[in-house]
Amino acid sequence: MSYHEAPTIAASDAPRLEQDDRPTLRFVTCGSVDDGKSTLVGRLLYDSKTLLDDQLDALASESRTVGTTGGDLDFALLVDGLQAEREQGITIDVAYRFFATRLRRFIVADTPGHAQYTRNMATGASNADLAVVLVDARKGVITQTKRHSHILSLLGIRHVVLAVNKMDLVGFDGDRFASITAEYLTLAGQLGISQVQCIPVVAPDGDNIVAASTRMPWYTGPTITAYLESVDVAGDVSQRPFRLPVQWVNRPHADFRGFCGRIASGTIAVGDAVRAQPSGRRTRVARILTPAGECNQAGAGESITLTLADEIDVSRGDVLTSGSAAQVSDQLAAHLVWFDDEAMVAGRRYLLKCGTASTGAVIATLKHRIAIDTMAQESAATLDVNEIGYVHLNLDRPLVFEAYRDDREMGSFILIDPIGHRTAAAGMIDMSLRRATNIHWQPLAVDKSVRARLKQQRPCVLWFTGLSGAGKSTIADLVDRRLAEQGRHAALLDGDNLRHGINRDLGFSNAERTENVRRVTEIAALFVDAGLIALVALISPFRSERELARRRLEAGEFIEIHVATPLAECERRDPKGLYRKARAGELPAFTGIDQPYEAPLAPEITIDTSELSSEAACERIIRYLREHNYL
Amino acid sequence: MLDIRTTAESALRGRAGGKQLHVAGHLRRLEAESIHILRETAAEFRKPVMLYSIGKDSSVLLHLAMKAFHPGKPPFPMLHVDTTWKFREMIAFRDMRARELGLDLIVHTNDDGLSQGIDPFTHGSARYTDVMKTQALRQALDLHGFDAAIGGARRDEEKSRAKERVFSHRSAAHRWDPKNQRPELWGLYNTMLAPGESMRVFPLSNWTELDVWDYILLEDIPIVPLYLAASRPVVERDGALIMVDDDRMPLQPGEEPQWRSVRFRTLGCYPLTGATTSTAATLPEIVQEMMASRTSERQGRMIDRDSPASMERKKAEGYF
Repeated sequence: MSYHEAPTIAASDAPRLEQDDRPTLRFVTCGSVDDGKSTLVGRLLYDSKTLLDDQLDALASESRTVGTTGGDLDFALLVDGLQAEREQGITIDVAYRFFATRLRRFIVADTPGHAQYTRNMATGASNADLAVVLVDARKGVITQTKRHSHILSLLGIRHVVLAVNKMDLVGFDGDRFASITAEYLTLAGQLGISQVQCIPVVAPDGDNIVAASTRMPWYTGPTITAYLESVDVAGDVSQRPFRLPVQWVNRPHADFRGFCGRIASGTIAVGDAVRAQPSGRRTRVARILTPAGECNQAGAGESITLTLADEIDVSRGDVLTSGSAAQVSDQLAAHLVWFDDEAMVAGRRYLLKCGTASTGAVIATLKHRIAIDTMAQESAATLDVNEIGYVHLNLDRPLVFEAYRDDREMGSFILIDPIGHRTAAAGMIDMSLRRATNIHWQPLAVDKSVRARLKQQRPCVLWFTGLSGAGKSTIADLVDRRLAEQGRHAALLDGDNLRHGINRDLGFSNAERTENVRRVTEIAALFVDAGLIALVALISPFRSERELARRRLEAGEFIEIHVATPLAECERRDPKGLYRKARAGELPAFTGIDQPYEAPLAPEITIDTSELSSEAACERIIRYLREHNYL
Repeated sequence: MLDIRTTAESALRGRAGGKQLHVAGHLRRLEAESIHILRETAAEFRKPVMLYSIGKDSSVLLHLAMKAFHPGKPPFPMLHVDTTWKFREMIAFRDMRARELGLDLIVHTNDDGLSQGIDPFTHGSARYTDVMKTQALRQALDLHGFDAAIGGARRDEEKSRAKERVFSHRSAAHRWDPKNQRPELWGLYNTMLAPGESMRVFPLSNWTELDVWDYILLEDIPIVPLYLAASRPVVERDGALIMVDDDRMPLQPGEEPQWRSVRFRTLGCYPLTGATTSTAATLPEIVQEMMASRTSERQGRMIDRDSPASMERKKAEGYF
């Protein structure tokens, strides 16, 4: 049954289903520890009658045993889900809760107030339309309030509810509420938060949560629920130009090649002209497949599959666009919220993920850090965990993007530590540092698929990795010769030889090894573009660097060959006398001796030359290439 | 076997309400997000697998996976961890769906546990669940070298689930560290793994139980007939109605199976799954009953009751 043939439903269901046309509002709660966020959310769940009998029974019994409310219902227990949180009485991670009222559905992200957990607040805010900021009426606007509001503003939140909690503890003093309101409005104005609604509440008692408080007659504004039900937060991404970050190329058989992704903005119809960015190639939309079947058009937020009128090179990380082109640049200015315990260091490499694209990135400079208390820009050499800064980034390859303020999905990114794989930072792109016209990519009339057809081979990289003396160069050389005998076009990039030329300026520190691998990757990728089979023989000890190389190429183009000869055997052979020198302490940072070699986890091919001759290894590789249709 | 689709359709057609479903916009948004997550998993991992538990959430997950990769098939196999104590109708349904859709289905049982004779009656639900479910799952993931396991868990199910990420990291020992979760912003997922580590992926994170039923209704998704009320032999034990699904169930003195009209809100191992008294024999009736329900679906599960925070502990140990 398709979407368009939606079934009819029992008449008795009609009232519910009419209600279920309700839109969803996603909001985040933030505030300092003990301001009562969890209690507020628990109260919203309780008052919206979302809680069921067994959950209420559990709440009542837990309130008696571990509650902090002297046996009354402790609403915070509803959301403080992790055992450690209950024991300590604090929220340590973001929790998502679902409830609905007569007018709307809500997804609320309840986030921690502890300073060290600011990253979770940014996480909750990244998908929110609105924020509820809690302050304790006794304390008013404090540093945490400013920090959280600043993060909200950076993350593009324009609607804030300021819930001034614990009004009972200041004697329901309207003047106190007015002075906190005035202070917060000034802050919001500085931050560009345009819509603020301040509401005095007593969360545990429910004052001004759902029902208007009888204890604060001087307040005549909406309750929290009434405001959340009525606020208009719509920012219409469907009016912006069409952007489809390509997530997956669907090729189930030779006659179908579909480009899958979730539409970031705009709408698209069959027959529309589209371009693939960054290549700039143009074609038209042939078919649109949606989860509900084939359609004539689709819009923002839908996960679709497009087929195109012409066969053009499009892969994961590219963006299909129509109307005005998206920006393309390899140098960006962006705001960062630093998450990692290890401080940000200019010059370090990270993996940047934006939309469906991934690329290596270096933080070129930290332009300034932002002092949370004063919002002042101050010069700094580094960003510590939970600090916010403005940086310039150099990317390994051009990125298709929009400024974050225009398009959250196309303008947001994360930085991932390439070794520990921690999410080191969240980023919001401000602008390109090069004029887009300068780097507009020249669409090439002859692309690699044309060249590959000419050569009757599928271009790829054979990446030989392994310890020094493992036999990488020997086997690569044999494969190169076999390919030449068969009239194939290949090129051998040998690590040692490259160090005499293009990499002569590099030593053997971790940073220089990384740069060495990056350069070889780029050269190999150019060879693949030229339709060649590139053979790379390089120790390349770090998994993360090989992973970047794999990501630099398209799916199926990177063939990792682990020449897994054991260390003892390599050292016994020692063809260049390097192990002897390393053992004598003359070669610092020698792989396998005093620097680790990270073996591949799932190489396409593994060869141990203590068990297999070089000739047999060469045969195995040639067979792999044939069986996988490279030759 | 009862053909659910026919039952549901005739039930729908039999009414002349004439009202269109209005939940579509909301469900289509959830659907789009789930499909996005499934495609990310396929694109970013070497060897993903989908955990297929045969329940309603798995039925929805499988349906979404079929859509995400249409006209192709999902580029990953399905894995069912079979404790050998599932309802017979579940196994029949599983095999039927795998056949119909041409799925690559892997069934794994913890043979060590089986040979030790671990069962839910003599060893208690905690020990049994650990050996036949948690350890079995870890065995299967290790055996096949899967680096991402897609599951149907939802954040609305339980408090510790509410804090779970969509892409939830597991150590090489399959452990979940709730205090050290990767922040998850926008629709951007950090999918990087070190050797031996893996990811659990939850495409239905933002669905509620009611969304699942509404979607099953909207999309006409086949489900195990046990979800619909029928007369079934049950005994009342510790306040729960347990169905006597086969003769392995030892009856206590005085216990006599009673035929009652019952259905199940969640499905698992029959000795650990409580039935609810119900006459809701069609999908619309189930949804109606859900709306009026005053208890949560996990109430029917014996294993969540073992001790406070038992779900969090089981998850930390590698339970799904």
